[in-house]
Amino acid sequence: MSIASFTSVLIWLPMAAAVVVWILPLSRYATGSLAVLVSLVEVGLWIEQTVRFDFHRSGLQMSQDTPWIKDLHVSYHVGEYGFSLWLVGLTVIAMTACIGYGYWVGRDHPRAYFGLMLFLTGATVGVFVSQDLLLFYAFFEAMLIPLYVLIGVWGGPGRLGAMVKLLLYTMAGSLVMLAAIIVYGLKVHTFDLVDSPTSYSRWLFLGFMLAFAIKAPLFPFHGWLPDSYREAPPEVTAVLSGVIAKAGTYGMLRIAITKFPDPAGFYRTSIMALAAAALIYGSILAFRAPDFRGVVAYSSMAQSGLIALGLFSGTGLGYDGAVLQMVAHGLVSVSLFLIAGAVERRTSTGEFKLLGGMAKGRPALATLLMATGVISLAVPGSASFAGEFLILAGAYQRAWWWAVIGGVSIVLAAMYMLRLISAVLHDARGSTVSDTALDLRPGELALVVPLVGVLLALSVWPAAISHHSFAGDNPATAIKAQFK
Amino acid sequence: MIATPHVDWFAISTILVLLGAAGIALLGAVLVPQRWRRAFAATVAVLGSAGAIVAAVWLYVDSASGHRVIADGFYRDRWTALAQVIICAIALATALISVEHIPEEHVSEFFALLLASTAGMAFFVGAANLMTLFLSLEWFSIALYVMCAIDYDREGSLEAGLKYLIVGSFGSASLLFGSALVYGATNHIGFAEIAQAVAQHGLHGDLLLVLGLAMIIAGLGFKMSAAPFHMWTPDVYEGAPTPLTAFMSSATKVAALVLTLRLMRTAFPQETHLWSWAFAGIAVASLVIGNFAALVQRNVKRILAYSSVSHAGFLLIGLSAGTALGARAMMFYLVPYAAMAFGSFAIIAARERELGEAVTLENLAGFGWERPFLGVAMWFFMFGFAGLPLGGGFIGKFYVLSAAYEHGWTWLVIVGVLATLVSLYYYLGIVRALYVRPAATVGAPAIAGGSPAREPFLHAAVGLALTVSIGSLFAVGPLITLARHAAASLLF
Repeated sequence: MSIASFTSVLIWLPMAAAVVVWILPLSRYATGSLAVLVSLVEVGLWIEQTVRFDFHRSGLQMSQDTPWIKDLHVSYHVGEYGFSLWLVGLTVIAMTACIGYGYWVGRDHPRAYFGLMLFLTGATVGVFVSQDLLLFYAFFEAMLIPLYVLIGVWGGPGRLGAMVKLLLYTMAGSLVMLAAIIVYGLKVHTFDLVDSPTSYSRWLFLGFMLAFAIKAPLFPFHGWLPDSYREAPPEVTAVLSGVIAKAGTYGMLRIAITKFPDPAGFYRTSIMALAAAALIYGSILAFRAPDFRGVVAYSSMAQSGLIALGLFSGTGLGYDGAVLQMVAHGLVSVSLFLIAGAVERRTSTGEFKLLGGMAKGRPALATLLMATGVISLAVPGSASFAGEFLILAGAYQRAWWWAVIGGVSIVLAAMYMLRLISAVLHDARGSTVSDTALDLRPGELALVVPLVGVLLALSVWPAAISHHSFAGDNPATAIKAQFK
Repeated sequence: MIATPHVDWFAISTILVLLGAAGIALLGAVLVPQRWRRAFAATVAVLGSAGAIVAAVWLYVDSASGHRVIADGFYRDRWTALAQVIICAIALATALISVEHIPEEHVSEFFALLLASTAGMAFFVGAANLMTLFLSLEWFSIALYVMCAIDYDREGSLEAGLKYLIVGSFGSASLLFGSALVYGATNHIGFAEIAQAVAQHGLHGDLLLVLGLAMIIAGLGFKMSAAPFHMWTPDVYEGAPTPLTAFMSSATKVAALVLTLRLMRTAFPQETHLWSWAFAGIAVASLVIGNFAALVQRNVKRILAYSSVSHAGFLLIGLSAGTALGARAMMFYLVPYAAMAFGSFAIIAARERELGEAVTLENLAGFGWERPFLGVAMWFFMFGFAGLPLGGGFIGKFYVLSAAYEHGWTWLVIVGVLATLVSLYYYLGIVRALYVRPAATVGAPAIAGGSPAREPFLHAAVGLALTVSIGSLFAVGPLITLARHAAASLLF
């Protein structure tokens, strides 16, 4: 099997496993083990790809191209660039942890559940490697289908409203994008992302941006976020904020900015303003949120704003920082939501006023939450710090006051993260925290510790991503050349 | 001695096979003992429609250059043959679900009528003049009227039959009147001759002709249940025996759309701008009315009926473009559409039998967990209808919208996209009912006791529909090639 076909295998292996899980009447144990095994194989395949990836070469790597709909020039074209490789890595690692979490807590209807999680893995990888607009759209939508059911079936009491909101919001964006894709693809006679020329159309740019801004989400398109993040099962929220939201910012980088350089420049200030609004507003909401998940949910929105700020700063530092921050924040938020899930399992609530004092007698929980929280608030030396610093430096090159706004948000991040940590771990013991509530169990540690380990590794060597995302480590040139 | 035209028997072999099978099934009603009657009639129907599929495929392969046969009354070409394949496949699947779902009385007659109406549709899609068009329309419609009312102990069934008869006759009358006006204007009834006459005598824009065209469009609009000619659809779909609803929602629509595009292309090419706009208008009306009306329904058959109206709109977007791409798009979209429409009604039939009452969003609760295969299939059909990439419906939507854009109608693309967004809400409502809504809140459904019937044939039919629906996503290339060759018969 050639290395190029690995990309396809990364998409279709979990999908095939999903079908197997749905069809074969396996036991709960066998189903969960198979799902975890497949997701570990995915990680292995991704590592193999990373080892063989040539980070100095420009152009698409590990690619496969087969015609799909010939008369409209649509093809099954997949492949990876440096930054997509990192996002695929984020996906497979995060999905492994989340599938493992589902296994650990023993979700009802295991076959349906693990099948959907595997399907979600394949679809999300598909988004990051598609090099054809229609294929990209298909995966972008396909991600939503399992999410919808995962929230609807395994979610909390308010799940009915949450799922409808999530779906209508995101589909509204996606369908506008579909119209834009049709118009753009037929106009330039190809749907291939690599071959298609750049466009000057502002309408098309806005069509694409709407979908990405909703998915990310940027202010004011975040209406679906609080409900979904609160009502979904914790591991699904983790995927949603850690990975799916990154599909929005990835789309901005791969399509909106690359294919529409002129409109992107035209709307730069407005989009950066929206991004900054998401950043500040999200941070303030996170500071005001009354519960664990609320804080992490709004902080994710703030981080999406920060990433968009970096991307639309249009500077090399901004691009590098954005890619690094996508991965770092993805890992952080997956870890935090999984820990939130662990806390909720012990206390059956995430409300701060009912929590507190959990550090006492629970060293593992305290250490991990502290470590993740500190990385999340971008303490100097952490991966998030590297990412945010690059983004702010990039934004500064655009105009100094963008960096000031970003700087304010870092202060706010410290405020809401420390508030979270103290409300959960310290303070007086909350009414729902019983003395017998256990520390993190080995199973949970096995899920969260590797994530934090990767984060620490990235903190030591952030350049692994920031210097290896664009060919020749020169993002602006690479984007101008459309990654050719 | 009356001179008879030369008959190309092979060209009508599909129809002959179906009619022969219908005759045998009907004989079964008299000659076969009661307890074997169901098995006998069903076997004949399945074999008959399978034979018809073979004949139609053969016809497709052997009719590369399309021409008219039998006194220029019937087109022997790939457009006809491909539509026949689709229609006969639907008939086959309908026969499968009917085995378990048609009441004991008149079971032979039901299968005989099913085969007869399929034969009528197979003839309808190849009609080459206004006379054969009208005759075959009545042929399959009358069979459908009777089948709607076949369960005459049920008030709903009788009502559906009557309603369909009255409204359908109105449509037929409009079509007939329109045909007469066109004949009056051009002195011809052959599609090709009408176009010639219009060209020769400069009848372009002639009042009589345009009026006739409008009435023909209205008449056909009834059959494809496009708004504003859709009023009968929800009532009839709700009242008719559900296997028949499955058949009507898929096969009738295929026949009506395929014939309409041929008629417009071959008989009225000079009036393209007129019918193009007319169908675009009808498409928009169907999308708006179908989708918004479906939002407020609780009865699942009615939701699906309105969904069928809205899909008439989507399919008409392809038709209204009036281009080769549009024809291809429509023909392609018909394949997953027919599979999804058929499959979803078949699943409702299963639930209906289980409950012994009409299926609503409330009593659908928990069905997905109780009958996993049917639940997952329904899930695929609903998301497929909504245009999510779980089946060929996604590519179908993409195709028809592409056709609209290529025609220069970006506004129609936007209307289509918005309609899809609205439609999401009720399709998801069904999925939500299947899996999410807790069964406890609606009270235990009145299941007749014991585990649900096994229904192997229904499962087979749903499996077939699911395979076609998902398969058409991956097999776009070959299907489009077939559709392209078929559309080539329409002189693009």
